Amino acid sequence: MADSKDFIAGVDSNAKKAPRRIVFITRRTSAQVKAETEDQIQTFPEVLFRATVVIEVLAVLLVWIALIFNAPLEGLADPSHTPNPAKAPWYFLGLQEMLHYFPPVVAGVLVPGLVVMALIVIPYFKVNIEAEGLFSKDREGRLRIFYIVAVLLSIFLVWFHVIVALVPTLIIVALMILAAQSSAQSPSGFRRYLAARPLSYWVMTWFLFELVVLTAVGTFFRGPGWSWIWPWQS
Amino acid sequence: MAKTVDQFFDEVRETRVWRSIFRSGTGSSTLHRALTIQQNVFLHLLSTKVRTRMLTFSATWYLGTLTLGTFLILVATGIPLMFYYHPSVPQAYADTKDLQFVVSSGLFLRNLHRWSAHAMVFLVFAHMFKVFYRGAYRTPREFNWVIGVVLLLVTLLLSYTGYLLPWDQLAFWAITVGSNIASAVPLIGNKIHFLLLGGNAVNANALLRFYVLHCMILPLTALLFVGVHFWRIRKDGGLYAHSSEPSIVPAQAGEKPTSRNSGETLRPGSGQAWGTPNPSKEAQ
Repeated sequence: MADSKDFIAGVDSNAKKAPRRIVFITRRTSAQVKAETEDQIQTFPEVLFRATVVIEVLAVLLVWIALIFNAPLEGLADPSHTPNPAKAPWYFLGLQEMLHYFPPVVAGVLVPGLVVMALIVIPYFKVNIEAEGLFSKDREGRLRIFYIVAVLLSIFLVWFHVIVALVPTLIIVALMILAAQSSAQSPSGFRRYLAARPLSYWVMTWFLFELVVLTAVGTFFRGPGWSWIWPWQS
Repeated sequence: MAKTVDQFFDEVRETRVWRSIFRSGTGSSTLHRALTIQQNVFLHLLSTKVRTRMLTFSATWYLGTLTLGTFLILVATGIPLMFYYHPSVPQAYADTKDLQFVVSSGLFLRNLHRWSAHAMVFLVFAHMFKVFYRGAYRTPREFNWVIGVVLLLVTLLLSYTGYLLPWDQLAFWAITVGSNIASAVPLIGNKIHFLLLGGNAVNANALLRFYVLHCMILPLTALLFVGVHFWRIRKDGGLYAHSSEPSIVPAQAGEKPTSRNSGETLRPGSGQAWGTPNPSKEAQ
């Protein structure tokens, strides 16, 4: 015989589906309203106040920087006198660093184009939805694919002498091997963390690492003729 | 009779003029606070309530708010800079020199604009990576992520077009190096390069084009997309709350779902799902 507790209300959190509201009605009960006990706070004034404070702190910080450091201003633009090296703005120096190794159509068009495309499709390919560790299922098979990709990528980078990009790649590969050797039962917290990282995490972290390293190298370590210099040499 | 500041503001808010400007009325009840957001054309982009735990610093690092902050500073400093600037060769360079040495606070304005621009590019990247690592691009927030990617590109273009405006050696050669990349596009590369610069090399036409893009077209584009970006946060259910942080307690007293962050135990058909009667009890 059904009593008033003949079902359990829960939250369906299947992340692959868009959220849906379901009302279910049983005999002798009214429609069940699932109440969330999540604490909420009013946007006005609480959240707006915090946002204002955050923006003001930022403004104070930037004003201090603007008072202390002057923006660079060099001589009048002179098309007949090329500075060596001629550098793009800092956020494009990762690209300029790649232009040093690859033909412009690859480094300047193909790679940034693919990066932007990859960023746009991230949410549509159910990337990282289940957030399972990369090697938690089908370990042998995935490990084999991973080794093939890692070796091919490394050979490719060595072939074009891109040591600057090879070093971050090898560090990420080493961490991924460590992740493959770890599991949820590993004694060290760091290894448990690595073991739980999904593929998308590794790809994005590799991209972030390369972005930071290439940009830093282009900014601080490149001198005349795009030769390697140390930041303290000038 | 002495009046407190609060009383004074209360009286101002009761005036006919104030009431005619702000539709939300007066009072500090929850309703009125909600109406303050809802009845304001700018604030209505935001939701009236926010999950309390989204206010903790670790949830977002306030990177989106900080990016908005840099954008506001850039607009506020950019407009006075425009008053002193002619986008022509070589007057542009002379104007920049004047800003450095002649105009009152010109040096400060230019410094603040420049450093805020660098900060904005950095913060936009940081915001993107933070959103990715939190998984906040998931359904139904896919399209807001795409708008975010568009805003990243608009920010880079804003910074890049602004880079040329001082018309010094640094600006000229940075834009020359950057725009040469456009020539590498197969088949139509040279056409794009020409369209971008208004010529085959960086010259006075390029300066004018970059000025128009930098001061009008790109800021308006950014503003439009920022508006949609904010509005979509509200429409998509507020800031993404991390599923690994349990927060939702079942209203029904008694049994708790064994797992809150995976669909495993709650999958329809598994018997413990929403609205599916418990088969063991049904059998009774």
